[in-house]
Amino acid sequence: MTRRDGPFFARDRQWHPPALAPAYRSSVARSPRWPALSIGQTRSEITGPVFRPDDVAAIDRDLILNHARDGEPVGERIVVHGRVLDEEARPVPNTLVEIWQANAGGRYRHRNDGYLAALDPNFGGCGRALTDAEGRYHFRTIKPGAYPWRNGGNDWRPAHIHFSVFGTGWAQRLVTQMYFEGDPLIPRCPIVNAIPDPEAVDRLVARLDMNAAIPFDCLAYRFDIVLRGRRATFFETRPEGT
Amino acid sequence: MPPPLPYLKETPSQTAGPYVHIGLAPSVAGLSGAMGDLGQDIAGPEAPGERITVEGMVLDGTGAPVRDAVIEAWQADAAGIYPHPEDPRHAEAAPGFRGWGRACTDFETGIWTFETVKPGPVPGPDGALQAPHVNLWIVARGINLGLATRLYFSDEGEANRDDPVLGLIDQTHRRDTLMARREDRDGAVVYRFDIHLQGEHETVFLEI
Ligand SMILES: [Fe+3]
Repeated sequence: MTRRDGPFFARDRQWHPPALAPAYRSSVARSPRWPALSIGQTRSEITGPVFRPDDVAAIDRDLILNHARDGEPVGERIVVHGRVLDEEARPVPNTLVEIWQANAGGRYRHRNDGYLAALDPNFGGCGRALTDAEGRYHFRTIKPGAYPWRNGGNDWRPAHIHFSVFGTGWAQRLVTQMYFEGDPLIPRCPIVNAIPDPEAVDRLVARLDMNAAIPFDCLAYRFDIVLRGRRATFFETRPEGT
Repeated sequence: MPPPLPYLKETPSQTAGPYVHIGLAPSVAGLSGAMGDLGQDIAGPEAPGERITVEGMVLDGTGAPVRDAVIEAWQADAAGIYPHPEDPRHAEAAPGFRGWGRACTDFETGIWTFETVKPGPVPGPDGALQAPHVNLWIVARGINLGLATRLYFSDEGEANRDDPVLGLIDQTHRRDTLMARREDRDGAVVYRFDIHLQGEHETVFLEI
């Protein structure tokens, strides 16, 4: 039997945005100049944190209700769902997915966000879920608004939801952002444009999914996330440990 | 050209941005509510080992503190065991030991802190032991792909000399960027570890 317990596939650094992307100004002073040192993978990189059902509550995945104070938040109600897979299309079950986002007006509930758009007393913008046995996750939320940011003189972020995903091993750790199909701000965004390949950008664009929409309640968007796959160990030439 | 092999491509990374705390440390963002911050319990009170504090700053290429970073830690317990099914000894991992933690740089001081136990040595390739270390991962506004590095302990001279990862750093003076300095502060053990994103003292970041 082939065991998928070898190292994770090498990360394709040309596919990810480079550390330095000058049009995204914050990257200029915060980007390492040395190339990352390739160390191979040991037990330290192949293992990773394990999350338990009691780390998340059922309501954590419902951003329409998880910060509701005296009613429901304002805005377009949506379901965001998808699967977490590896590069061989195998589901990644039981992994923690965390999201954060602005409200419908493009304002974050964060002490450092001073954008003039109003806070929504009934919206927090934070969600968490564990994937199920097939790697599926789903959130219910409000479609976030676009917002301006200090970069160029008139830069606006396309509507987006931030995602954090763990996988089974430390080497799979990933933070990214999900965009919405058809948003004209996507190709204008310096953060998006730090990604060299338009095909890679396309992987971050969630599709409208009418089959998952809840009639008279929520539209739906589908966003699948792919984490690094693993080599099979065909040959036991270099046993690790012991 | 033959068609490409049917592998999926990894989802591309994007920066965590300045409001990362909402999702990863809601109380730090100022969110009150039911969702507590995850990653506050690397080593529970029952976990044996030397109790230590690890603290430091994240500095940008101009030497200014990065005040909006999130740092995650993943480490073995005091016996060098990871609480994960792929560690062959995971059944013997210390009770109450989770191994994973998350800290934010303070909005004013720029300092981040973990309370944990000192990890033991972990087996590496070919059975050689790796020096005790904590795996770190850093995200922030301006960081397009999370940065992986390792924290080693300055008082583990012999183990550090033999560590297979430290040995891969050709520029031997750069190995010091991965050394946390031990300080005794009013009887408590504190290891100081500053992370330099860029510049003369740039930390060695790892492709893992
Ligand atoms: Fe954002």
